[in-house]
Order: sequence, then C-alpha cells, then structure tokens
Amino acid sequence: MSKQNGNSATGTVAVKRGLAQMLKGGVIMDVVTPEQAKIAEEAGAVAVMALERVPADIRATGGVARMSDPEVILRIIDSVTIPVMAKCRIGHFVEAQVLEALGVDYIDESEVLTPADEEHHVNKHDFKVPFVCGCRNLGEALRRIAEGAAMIRTKGEAGTGDVVEAVRHGRAVLGEIRRLQTKADEELFTYAKEIGAPYELVKETKDLGRLPVVNFAAGGIATPADAALMMQIGVDGVFVGSGIFKSGDPAKRAKAIVQATTHCRDAKIIAEVSRSLGEPMVGRTAASLPEAEQLAGRGW
Amino acid sequence: MKIGVLALQGDFAEHAAVLRRVGVDAVEVRLPHQLDELSGLIIPGGESTTIGKLAVLYHLIEPLRAFAAARPIWGTCAGAIFLSKDARREQPLLAVMDITVERNAFGRQVDSFEIDLTVPALVDSAQPFHAVFIRAPLIERVGPGVQVLARLPDPAGQPDSGRIVAAQQGRLLATAFHPELTGDDRFHRLFVSLAAA
Repeated sequence: MSKQNGNSATGTVAVKRGLAQMLKGGVIMDVVTPEQAKIAEEAGAVAVMALERVPADIRATGGVARMSDPEVILRIIDSVTIPVMAKCRIGHFVEAQVLEALGVDYIDESEVLTPADEEHHVNKHDFKVPFVCGCRNLGEALRRIAEGAAMIRTKGEAGTGDVVEAVRHGRAVLGEIRRLQTKADEELFTYAKEIGAPYELVKETKDLGRLPVVNFAAGGIATPADAALMMQIGVDGVFVGSGIFKSGDPAKRAKAIVQATTHCRDAKIIAEVSRSLGEPMVGRTAASLPEAEQLAGRGW
Repeated sequence: MKIGVLALQGDFAEHAAVLRRVGVDAVEVRLPHQLDELSGLIIPGGESTTIGKLAVLYHLIEPLRAFAAARPIWGTCAGAIFLSKDARREQPLLAVMDITVERNAFGRQVDSFEIDLTVPALVDSAQPFHAVFIRAPLIERVGPGVQVLARLPDPAGQPDSGRIVAAQQGRLLATAFHPELTGDDRFHRLFVSLAAA
C-alpha cells in the first residue's frame, strides 16, 4: 500500500454492519444441502443459512442441537456465490472460531441451537466475521449490539410456521423505538437502566430513530403474505427457515416470498405470487408449545 | 431534480438519504413506469443475482437499457456488476458498460475492507476518498471508451497500475465500493452533476 493512501483495514464495524446493509430488502433462507442452496440462490435469496437440520426437524428430533458439520457448511459455501451464514450455540465462542476459520460470511449466535452458556453470550468484538443475534425487545437488541452484533433479527418462534411470535417481537422492538423518540434526553438514563441496555446505544437509537444496525425478522414466516407483513411492520428483511424446504413446492414458494418481500406494499403482486404455491409447511401454533420447547426464551 | 434508486433489494435507502442530503428528490424504483421523469438512476449495493433476477421478472431489463442510452446510471458494487458487459458467470446483466468485472474478487466477508483512495475526478481531490469494500468486485478490464476513475494503491507503489475500482463511460458510472456508507457525498455530487448536464 502506498503511504499517502494509508493502510487498508479488515473486520471493522463499517464492513461488518455494511454486509447486513447489502442484504436489506432480501430473504435469507435455511438450507441443508448444496442442492437446496442452489434452489435458494436461483429463487433470489440474498444469503443462505447453512444447517444440518432446519428448526422444524431440530424440534422433532429433540436432544442437543449444535453447530453443523463443517463438511456440510463447506459444501454449501462451494455451491453458491451469495453469502453463507451458519449458526453457533449461544456463548459457544469456539464454535464461532471454527465457523470463522471455515470462511462463513456471517455467524448467527442462535437460540435455535442448545445454549452453551447460560450467563454470557459470545464477545463478538473479538471476531473479524460479523454476527447476527436474536432479540425479543429493544433492551435485548441493544445488549447484543453492545457485545458486537452487527445485525439483529427478532426471534419469533423458529420451526413453527406460526408468524405470531415474529409479529410480537417485531412490534415490541419497533414500538419501543417509537416510544423512545418521545422521551426527553434526561429520561434516557433511567430508561437505559430499566431495559438493561447501555445508555450510549439507547441515545444513539433515539437519535437515529432506528436500531444502529440492520434488523430482520425471523421465526415462523411461512408465506409471501407473512414476509410482506413483517416488512410492512417495519423490519429490513426476513429470514425464512423451515417455511420453504418443509413446503410442497420449495422453489416456487421461495421465489414468491422473495417477490413479496420486494413488493411488500403492492397487494396485487402479493396476490399474484401467492397463487397455487402448493402445501405450506404443516406448522404448529406457537401457543401450543410447552414452555420447555419454546426457543425464544433462550438468551437474555 | 428527481433521481431514482433501484429498490428491488439492497441498500437503496442509504443512497436515497445521501441524495436528499445533497438537495435532490430521491424516488424508489421497482417497476418500469417508475423510471419516467427521472434525471438519473442509482443501482445500489446488494446481491447482484437477486437484483438481476427481480429485474428480469418485472420486465425492467429493456427499459433500463433504454434509460442508459439517454440518461445517467451509477452502479455501486452489485450495481456495477449489473451494468457490466461481462461478470464471467451466468446471471442477468444490463451489459451497457464495456467493463469486465470479477465478483467477490477479494475473497469472503472476513476479507472485506476499508481504504483511502485518490480520486482525481472528485471535487477537493487532494482529500482522499474513504472507500468501503464489502465482498466487492474488481473491474478487471475496461473498454476503449471507458475512463478509469480510481485504482487501489499498487503494492509495488507504481502509479496508474493498481487494480481498477471505479470507472466512467460517458454518463455511466461504476464503483466497486460503497460511497453511500460513508459521510462523504462527493461521488453523489459527481453523479448529480452528470444528471444535471
């Protein structure tokens, strides 16, 4: 590098948050094989989440859910040109180190896997690879950002096909931001204490009128209308997990969800793309889940 | 003046915010009829495969080519790929700029970087332009009608031999990096001046 131009820097906050900005208005799809990854890319996914099992199957199988086999992740990385994400357990910083070494583009520190630490999340500042984390409310979102998360997603209830929890968490975060903007600056100190978030991030969120990082919705989105609902509520994009590859015609449904996300305020287009999509994933109502099977309560 | 931002996917809101800051009306474009009455169009960063597929589905390819023949277009990162004649793999392209790009030329996300560039075409060009490269492409080849606007510093320190990251072909502009992610609006002002001409 020539001296007058200074040096280049990798792993900065700007490039970590920046990749999430490039995913905005898009759909990130769970895939378990290179073939599914190619179907997702062909349908217009902006990224894929490489997994051994989608959340609906993690629920069905039970037991401890861990980081996926690196072999599965590497084969998916080799099969597409779009970014590849992968999940580590909450607090399992060595799984995160392994995922970084594999070359994944984003790590999801995810409540869908069995938590490895019941007190501490991963210190995400230690990594060059960016992290996305789940949240149910503004305090939780800002705690994750304080730990270094470069992207947030509302948790919803993964693997159910029931959008109600995604709506609850999306409305909680966005509604709390709207209420935050009505507060006087001197009220922010106590508010920060009440929601358990750093004052500086509370102030920044008030000034921006939004989270300082990109905010997607996740957990229960199964139809084009579900995706458009979350977009109209005000998130920046959507994760679709079991909803695509547990449905009757994944390629068609994936393409329809992508189009409904882009044209989320055009009901004629949403109606058109929703025609004859085949069977949606069967789904379980989130309210019917016993407490031990509710994933959103993992993390704090 | 109204400038459109292609809003199929990507960081179109960031571009629109900079345009408004420099005093221009920013219009989101998702369908062909929304191109009417625009003085220019920005194709944002995002995933070039996603943007290309949605452009095909919503019959935007030919209207965008016609737009490029008469009015300015600027593509950043994915947008630069979409403008190019050749991205060296099968994906929908506008093919209006005589450049060849290599996608993800620097590696994976951990290799994304920030760097100061010298850009003589900008106002106050003695001030370096801080550029953010995210899973960025490189401009491998430029055709005879294409002017190089910026290069990465050459590792050996040779002038005019670093790899090409910004180029202009008449009213068309391509940058491999993201001026919309920094506070520096000089590239946006350069584009607005093209649209005003």
